[in-house]
Amino acid sequence: MRVLGISGSLRRDSHNTRLLRVAAQVVPPPHELELFDGLKDVPPYDEDDDRDSVPAAAQRLRDAIADADAVLIATPEYNSSLPGQLKNALDWASRPFPGNALQNKPVAVIGASTGMFGAVWAQAEARKVLGATGARVVDVELPVPHAEEAFAGDRLADAELHENLARIVDELTAQAPPTAAPEPVRAAA
Amino acid sequence: MATVTQETAIPTGVWKSDPIHSSVGFSVKHMVVATFRGAFTDFEITLDNSDGEPRLYGAVRVPSVDVRDETLKGHLLAPDFFDAERTPELRFTSTDIRTEDGELVVDGELEIKGTNRPVQARGTIVGPVENIGGKEGVGIDLSTTVDRREYGLDWNAELPKGGFAVENDVTLNVHLELAKEE
Repeated sequence: MRVLGISGSLRRDSHNTRLLRVAAQVVPPPHELELFDGLKDVPPYDEDDDRDSVPAAAQRLRDAIADADAVLIATPEYNSSLPGQLKNALDWASRPFPGNALQNKPVAVIGASTGMFGAVWAQAEARKVLGATGARVVDVELPVPHAEEAFAGDRLADAELHENLARIVDELTAQAPPTAAPEPVRAAA
Repeated sequence: MATVTQETAIPTGVWKSDPIHSSVGFSVKHMVVATFRGAFTDFEITLDNSDGEPRLYGAVRVPSVDVRDETLKGHLLAPDFFDAERTPELRFTSTDIRTEDGELVVDGELEIKGTNRPVQARGTIVGPVENIGGKEGVGIDLSTTVDRREYGLDWNAELPKGGFAVENDVTLNVHLELAKEE
């Protein structure tokens, strides 16, 4: 199973990208988490550009989501909400509606901020947006506050927070249908 | 087991819903004051009174929801609402059918989004009468109100000026023309 990680932060040393790298460590094998690295290239959504062909960066985003079994989003919080670049990416991914790449796709949202609330409002807003796109939103949150002190190597410094992250990843992967499962054998009635 | 608690006007035989002359609809208050109506167009409902113990049962295909808005339909089929991928049908099975002072009363189990809950619907039953094609027909109208949150359909949004986008109580209205099976 492939989990696509999308960080809502574009900054090189982003806490949220780092949070996804920690998540990649706790994804139980043989599942794997792959980071999407093309968010900055996705242009502002414009329906005039969303015709038979779409900008390559937007198509790449749609393809990456479509190819993944589940999506894990880590969002920072800008002005009590999710960053414009992440919202814009979700807008591109939501089209055409219905039948978009996010439809019925298991998605969980986590987030880190340097403040004391750990991007909890941005996560809530992201879940709301994802619900409207038709995604299968896992009803969890992981506010990681004081992000500058939150990490210890490739782990979260707070053991309970680290365990919660692992639990969220488990719950997310449990929601995704098995990729190569054999057809269930039905007993004769 | 289905029981009839008093003498009823339930006709004998097996009766199947006519898809053209039947409807399964719902209405819910939205934006505080307006009433929104929708319907399901694909369903099969049966009244079976072949053995003196009448049962009313049926299934409604969720993807047939008709709200005259493709975007809203897409959201209704998504996990936020009915989750049609995992639970593509609504189902109803009666546990008791009776008439009370001329009113049809149906108790039963209504399954929505994989959750079963008891409901009581009230309405009328008319017939049987012979229709133009020479077939016998029965008319049944039933209505019940459910709290959608009890079935896990708990999406909502607070309105900026107060109140919520969609009420929790949803009224289900079923109007059936049932034809007797030969």
